[in-house]
Amino acid sequence: MVGIITYGAYIPRFRIKIEEIARVWGANSAEITGGLGVFEKSVPDYDENAATFSVEAARSALLRRPVDPAEIKAVYVGSESHPYAVKPTSVTVGEAIGATPVMTAADYEFACKAGTAAIQTAMGLVSSGMMKYALAIGSDTAQGAPGDALEYTAAAGGAAFLIGNDDPIAVINDTCSYSTDTPDFWRREGETYPKHGGRFSGDPGYFKHVFGAAKMMLEICGTKPSDYTYAVFHQPNAKFPQKAAQQLGFTPAQIKAGLLVPYLGNTYSGAVPLGLSAILDVAKPGDRIFVTSYGSGAGSDAFDITVTDAILDKIDRSRAPSAQQMLAQKKYVDYAVYARHKGKIRM
Amino acid sequence: MTVARFWREIPQRYNLVGTKCETCGAVFFPPRTLCPHCRRDGKIVPCKFSGKGKVMTYSVIHSASDQYFDLKPYVLAIIELEEGTRVTSHVICEPDDVYIGMPVKSVFRVLDCDGPDGVIHYGTKFTSDV
Repeated sequence: MVGIITYGAYIPRFRIKIEEIARVWGANSAEITGGLGVFEKSVPDYDENAATFSVEAARSALLRRPVDPAEIKAVYVGSESHPYAVKPTSVTVGEAIGATPVMTAADYEFACKAGTAAIQTAMGLVSSGMMKYALAIGSDTAQGAPGDALEYTAAAGGAAFLIGNDDPIAVINDTCSYSTDTPDFWRREGETYPKHGGRFSGDPGYFKHVFGAAKMMLEICGTKPSDYTYAVFHQPNAKFPQKAAQQLGFTPAQIKAGLLVPYLGNTYSGAVPLGLSAILDVAKPGDRIFVTSYGSGAGSDAFDITVTDAILDKIDRSRAPSAQQMLAQKKYVDYAVYARHKGKIRM
Repeated sequence: MTVARFWREIPQRYNLVGTKCETCGAVFFPPRTLCPHCRRDGKIVPCKFSGKGKVMTYSVIHSASDQYFDLKPYVLAIIELEEGTRVTSHVICEPDDVYIGMPVKSVFRVLDCDGPDGVIHYGTKFTSDV
């Protein structure tokens, strides 16, 4: 059955505390961290972007399980911060892992769920027999305008999943999606920062779509929340996924391993992929994982996943750093350095 | 740098692909098409390096050219790869943390950009492998 052959993640080492951002904008940091449940966020280095994160995550995946790159016949990268407006990130990744030239590639954009859309495409290509392996990546250097509510969470990172049906470490039992035309968050062509509909992005944005996809997934699989060992939901802040999990019937223990946002921030297209990678870092054979992403605009992709015995003997997870190890390796920067790193200072 | 020149060098910049002389075993980076030891008796083949090595010597750059202005101060080092050849590259670390003999591994980064509307040049830099 189709599933995850191997996986890799990347989180840059720089962090900024939310209280430092609040200090600069004269905001009440206790109110913001209390409201969002986020205490610090990752910051890219000067020479990092969504493409370099994608390459590092993909290389980590191939370190954990050596696969002939020539057998990877598709590379899809989901991001809302592709370095070029026209020129694919996916071929840079393909070249850097040795998968070119006999492969198809494309960049995806669907706000924060482009990475899970890439996983679904990869599943289709593998399941149809068109190819042995397809690589799906979600990665972002998330954008938030200076002083805007988004700036307190917009973070950086990504994760890669090699999809195939040859001894997967985790079988993807099923997937479904729930999508509507809901303008809760957008960025127009040529604009540097996105805009959003404020509270509108919670409902009918996030909750309507997450519940729509999650409830459909449970119904299709004939499962209930207690059947799962882990669950991961899109995490623009800590409150939304906790509330969604609670209302669906999942416990705090089920979402703990995949809830990275309090000390990572919102990595947009990288958020659910990184949460899933953190769960795979600790998962055991037989564990069942419930996944629901959310992308503004708007839509949700849900997945029902079962970890197999292959996670013990077909992959060496220790050959690449875990999400928690990367979260622990950090160097704090102040707002001025953060602004330089993010290119917010125009010269 | 012209678009064509960078494009031709993508294999060596992204994946540290150099060359090896199968006659004498010498490895070369950047790639050579002729072995200086074996001359016409040499047989040159592509060789992908592991990306692991150690710092042979380094300099901390405080006065950078325009394209590296954002990076300063940065560490530029000569790195001996474990296969034996040497490469000049940035080492991503605090200037106070680098030392001769420091184990390093390759990472994928932006090397520079041809202006805000030009090509982004990606390639290999190194970071601590301690």
